[in-house]
Amino acid sequence: MAGEKEIRTQIASIKNTQKITKAMEMVAASKMRKAQDRMSATRPYSQKMLNVIGHLANAHAEYHHPFLIEHEEIRRVGFIIVSTDRGLCGGLNINAFKAALKAMQDWQQKGVDIDLCLIGAKGTAFFKRFSGNIISQVSHLGDTVHIDELIGTIKTMLDAYTEGSIDRLFLVENEFVNTMTQRPKVSTLLPLVAEDNEDLKHHWDYIYEPDAKVVLDELLRRYIESIVYQSVVENVACEMAARMIAMKSASDNAGELIGELQLAYNKARQAAITQEISEIVGGAAAV
Amino acid sequence: MAMTLHLDVVSAEKELFSGTVSAVFAPARMGDVGIYPRHTPLVTSLRPGELKIEMEGKEDQYLYVSGGILEVQPHVVTVLSDTAIRAEDLDEAQAMEAKQRAEDALRDQKGDLDAAKAQAELARAAEQLRMIERMRKMRK
Repeated sequence: MAGEKEIRTQIASIKNTQKITKAMEMVAASKMRKAQDRMSATRPYSQKMLNVIGHLANAHAEYHHPFLIEHEEIRRVGFIIVSTDRGLCGGLNINAFKAALKAMQDWQQKGVDIDLCLIGAKGTAFFKRFSGNIISQVSHLGDTVHIDELIGTIKTMLDAYTEGSIDRLFLVENEFVNTMTQRPKVSTLLPLVAEDNEDLKHHWDYIYEPDAKVVLDELLRRYIESIVYQSVVENVACEMAARMIAMKSASDNAGELIGELQLAYNKARQAAITQEISEIVGGAAAV
Repeated sequence: MAMTLHLDVVSAEKELFSGTVSAVFAPARMGDVGIYPRHTPLVTSLRPGELKIEMEGKEDQYLYVSGGILEVQPHVVTVLSDTAIRAEDLDEAQAMEAKQRAEDALRDQKGDLDAAKAQAELARAAEQLRMIERMRKMRK
C-alpha cells in the first residue's frame, strides 16, 4: 500500500494535468468555431470560379489546357497530403496517413512511382520514414492560413503535371463532417474532369483579354490552389475539433483517476489511524 | 427593368462584396475597363489596383484587388480577386523554396528540433507508464 503523502502528491499532479487539458479543450473549442467560419467563407470563391470555368469550357471547347488532359499511361502519381502541425489531436493525422498509404500502396503494386507534397509538420515527420519521393513541403502555417503560403508548394506539383513528370494528382485531406466526426478523404485533383452541368449549357460569346489561353491558365491554377487552400482550412477545423474531443476525454479520464486515487488515499489514511489506535490499545493492555 | 448589375467580389479567403450596383470600374490587364449593365460578355485578368463600385443613391465604394479574374455577363459581374501578390517569378521563387524545405526536412536539418520533441514525448509516455504501474500495484 502506497503511503498517504505519496498519493497526495499524485492527486495534486493529476489535478494540474487536468487543469491543462481543460484549458486546451476550451481553447480548441473557440478556435474551432473560428475555423468553421473561415471554412464557410472560402466556399463562394471556388463556387464562383467553377461557374466561370464551366462557362469558359463550354464556350471554348477546342482549346485543351494541360490540366484538362488525361494522361493515358500512368508512370508516376503525385499526392498532396494535408496534416496538422501539432499533435494532441487524437487519431486525426494517423487516419489520414493510413488512407494515403492505402492509396499509395495500390499504385505501388501497379509499379507506379509516387511523388509527395506535404503540408503540415506531422506529415513531413511521418512520410520521411516511408517510401515516396518528397518534392515539396510546407509547415508551421498557424491557425489562420493564407493562400500565399501555399502557392509555391502547390506550383511544384502543378508544374510537374504540366511537364508530364506526374500523370495524376491526388489530394489527401480530412473532411469535417461534424465536431465528433472527421473523415479522411482521397480525391483526384488532376486531371480536372469537366462536369456536365445543366445550368452551364447556356454559353456566352466571351471577349478574352489578353487571350483565352492566358485567362484559362490563370483560372485553373487559382482553382486548384483554392481547392487545396480550402482543404487546409478545413483541416484546421478538423484539428481543433479532434483536439477538443481528445482533451475532453483526457479531462474526464483525469477526473476518474483522481476519484480512484482519492479512494486509495482515504483507505490508507484510515488504515494508518486504525493501526495507531490498535497500537495504543495494545500498549495500554500490556501495561 | 432598372439598369443594374449584380456584382460579386470574392477572394479565396472570404467574400468581399455582393450586391446590386450601377457600374463597376476595374483595372484590367489591357487597361482599365468600366462596366455598365448590358456590357458584352468579357473575361479578363486583372492588374493590382483599385476596383470602383458605383451604387445608386449611395457613395462609391473602393476595393483594392491585387490581381485576379473579371468575368462579365450582361447583368452579372464576378470578380475573383487574389489575396496574394502574384507574379510569375515570385511564384517560381516560392516553388523553389518549397522544394528546398522538402530537401532540408529529408536531410534532417531540423533533426535537433525533432529529436528534442521526440524526447519530450518519450519522457511523457514513460511518466504515464510509471503512473499506470503504480496504479496497478496499489490495486493489488
